[in-house]
Amino acid sequence: MSSPAVHQESHKDYEGSKLGMWLFLFTEILLFGGLFILYSAYRARYPMEFHEGGQHLNVVIGVANTVILLTSSLTAALSIAAIQKGSRKVSILCLVATIILGLAFLVDKYIEWSGEISRGLYPNSPVLAQRPKGDQIFFGLYYSMTGLHGLHVIAGITLLAVMLVFVLRQKITSTDFNRLENAGLYWHLVDVIWIFLLPLFYLAA
Amino acid sequence: MEGAMEHAEQQTHIVPYRTFVRVWLLLLFLTAALVVTSKLWHEALSVWAMLVITPLKAGLVLFFFMHLKYEKTYLRALVFMTIGLLTLVIGLLFFDILYR
Repeated sequence: MSSPAVHQESHKDYEGSKLGMWLFLFTEILLFGGLFILYSAYRARYPMEFHEGGQHLNVVIGVANTVILLTSSLTAALSIAAIQKGSRKVSILCLVATIILGLAFLVDKYIEWSGEISRGLYPNSPVLAQRPKGDQIFFGLYYSMTGLHGLHVIAGITLLAVMLVFVLRQKITSTDFNRLENAGLYWHLVDVIWIFLLPLFYLAA
Repeated sequence: MEGAMEHAEQQTHIVPYRTFVRVWLLLLFLTAALVVTSKLWHEALSVWAMLVITPLKAGLVLFFFMHLKYEKTYLRALVFMTIGLLTLVIGLLFFDILYR
């Protein structure tokens, strides 16, 4: 079967690789889940402040970011379907679109946080110190949860950029695409987390 | 190369672009519905709408974008078990904090 000149076929386990990524995603779900547990406990403790806290947040940017992430999930899924069909150019285009949308999310987040910080609403600020305990906890959770989510967006964009390089260099192809799929899974999870963050913080009012 | 060909036949079902676009449109519609219902005068109704719409959106992303609908049963089971675990813990938490 093999002569000395034959390139060693590396053993790839498609299903194992995908399962591995899902197992990692479960740890991410439980990580954010821990913060959701905190949110539910403190919401039960300070229902009024949590209900009103959302009024200080920018719903327009929150919804815009939701649309951005949902669309980026679409382009990520299209990118994978495209490479599976052998449409390399479409795949690259969609992957670039996903990355651009991810960056747009971060720009929005910057604008949003700048606004809130300039109004004195940041962890440990003197303005917040004047407000009831419930408000302080609401904003503490807001910055922790959306901040941790933002870090995941940065990680996701980096991962997708690496995948883009692989696709460009033909290391990811129509018969070997599961790294792109796995990166896509991570990105979709980032979207799912935001789907839950939106109503909890922005639409609570 | 024969190994790679066998492997290619095991590849997963390719979802048509059309399906993804439709799911995306549905997600946008549900987001709009969520925002509109959050402004309702009837607060309990707002909360219920949110409790129904949000998991629905997450479910659409999980099942279609994350391909869970087309995966083997055990993977779907694992996902549900993880979410179930989280729900259980939050539920158990309330047995504690409601009585403090």
